[in-house]
Amino acid sequence: MSTLTAGVPVAMKRPIYGWTIHDGLVVARRNLIQTVRVPELLFFSLVQPVIFVLLFAYVFGGAIPVPGDSDPNAYRQYLMPGIFGQTVAFAAASSTVGLAEDMHKGLIDRFRALPMAPPAVLIGRTLADAARQILVLFVLTITGFLVGWRIDNGLLNAIYAYALLLLFAYTVAWIGAWIGLYMPNPETANTAGLVWLFPMTFLSNAFVPLASLPTWLQYIAAWNPISALVLATRELFGNPTGMANDQYWPLQHPQLYTIASCVALIAIFSTLSVRRYRRTTSR
Amino acid sequence: MTSEIAVSAEGLVKHFGEVKALDGIDLTVRKGQVVGLLGPNGAGKTTTVRILSTLLQPTAGTATVAGFDVVKQPDEVRRAIGLTGQYAAVDEYLTGRENLRMFGDLYHLAPKYVKERSAELLEWFDLTDAADRPAKTYSGGMRRRLDLAASLVASPSILFLDEPTTGLDPRSRLGLWGVIENLVQEGTTVLLTTQYLEEADQLAEDIVVIDHGKVIAHGTSEQLKDQIGGDRVEVTVLDPDAVGRAADALRSVGNGDPLVEDLRVSAPVSGGSTVLVDAIRALDAQGVAVSDLQLRRPTLDDVFMSLTGHVAEEESA
Repeated sequence: MSTLTAGVPVAMKRPIYGWTIHDGLVVARRNLIQTVRVPELLFFSLVQPVIFVLLFAYVFGGAIPVPGDSDPNAYRQYLMPGIFGQTVAFAAASSTVGLAEDMHKGLIDRFRALPMAPPAVLIGRTLADAARQILVLFVLTITGFLVGWRIDNGLLNAIYAYALLLLFAYTVAWIGAWIGLYMPNPETANTAGLVWLFPMTFLSNAFVPLASLPTWLQYIAAWNPISALVLATRELFGNPTGMANDQYWPLQHPQLYTIASCVALIAIFSTLSVRRYRRTTSR
Repeated sequence: MTSEIAVSAEGLVKHFGEVKALDGIDLTVRKGQVVGLLGPNGAGKTTTVRILSTLLQPTAGTATVAGFDVVKQPDEVRRAIGLTGQYAAVDEYLTGRENLRMFGDLYHLAPKYVKERSAELLEWFDLTDAADRPAKTYSGGMRRRLDLAASLVASPSILFLDEPTTGLDPRSRLGLWGVIENLVQEGTTVLLTTQYLEEADQLAEDIVVIDHGKVIAHGTSEQLKDQIGGDRVEVTVLDPDAVGRAADALRSVGNGDPLVEDLRVSAPVSGGSTVLVDAIRALDAQGVAVSDLQLRRPTLDDVFMSLTGHVAEEESA
């Protein structure tokens, strides 16, 4: 019989990016393996945005005019960045549910009894949820091409647009994670993880031009980071922007506002989440 | 002296709102020792283990594990311990091997070492065939074994086992006991909680009985049994009229007053099993027909009953 306790464990060298990131990546790998092991969940998470593309392109498309563009195909060009923005925003829901599940499993106790960095569970969750969006964006891009959407402003700008979308996915994942930490059980998380996302994504320029909204709503929608994200990606993809009103500062600087609001939101919600995580787990 | 102490707790108090889960627990575990924390549900066993393994902060009191303060030096404590809780704390979508790799990585062990160590543990816990299947396909016993393997990845010197065999079938329980005994032979210090008296009797040298958040008894299994009295000869007679004569017979061989319950007569004795021969002769001399005769050692059940007034498996409010 081999020995179980003999032999001194060999420690790992400290990676240059530090232990917190290392531990976060280990947990992220675990979350991504889970995704692969439940292909049904992955499949349906891809089906939903595809259905949105088809619904908006064929059901609403004819009824929503894009200002300054008389091309009948314009709405589909206008729509796709909106769908991209909405879809990555919904990554938050999987963080909420995933973290609520993690917190109610025995596994969290083992994580906490390990000498690992405490935020690693949260970093791993948000990284994995954002990483999954790469696949979602890929499938959406294909669907977009099939309904007539085109990238019309060069490859580099398109890559920049996808990078902004992933940054936004990572940002909302932190908001979702923070909500998940307050959930009494995974079932509640399933509902609560979604409710705020509908107003957040629809009170924006994702599906309709801002000019079609009442003035007070325009104000809210203009400062909604999703609007800046969607506008920035429309410009970078070379799609119609539907912009008639440029009196709002965020929409005059969509890239800057997107990056700045993402950085600020990540800073706020990662701090709140780590604090909440420590408090819930060490009473 | 202090280097000989693996776990020490002084006056641990834990309140959850109005509920006093722990009401001043003192505990010492020497290096290489197995201590059983025995008590009914709700006695405070799990709370004690959770404080010692840094998962909970005590309301009052201090504790050190491997020489480190559990409140002030949680990371040092975590590096020294392994913890296996009541519920298998493994990821069910990951395979057995992936689970061990994840925990090894989180212990910051070298990837090559983790790989070798995982293979060794899987072999040891008889999980090699199932190593590359997701853990959700495992039986309850296999999950517990994987869970225990996970807490051994970094070869901890101190192991906390919180009701390690609760919910397992008898065969899996025996298997896990064997594994724990082997670990102890190799020098691991174990603090084990259990509500099974048999388990404490089997595994632990030293037993701490707790109830309502307090230590109510402490000692070896033998000491605890002696505390409520030693051996008794117990005889069951066939004829109700013979009860009196049987009592006389037992009084002549025992060293105390016989106790009569229906057809059963018992008396405290000393001298081990040779007493049985004397008892048979005495009963025979009195002409008592006997349906059953035995020398009875008190069990931990008796200990628990006499200490707490209720049986161990009972839910305590």
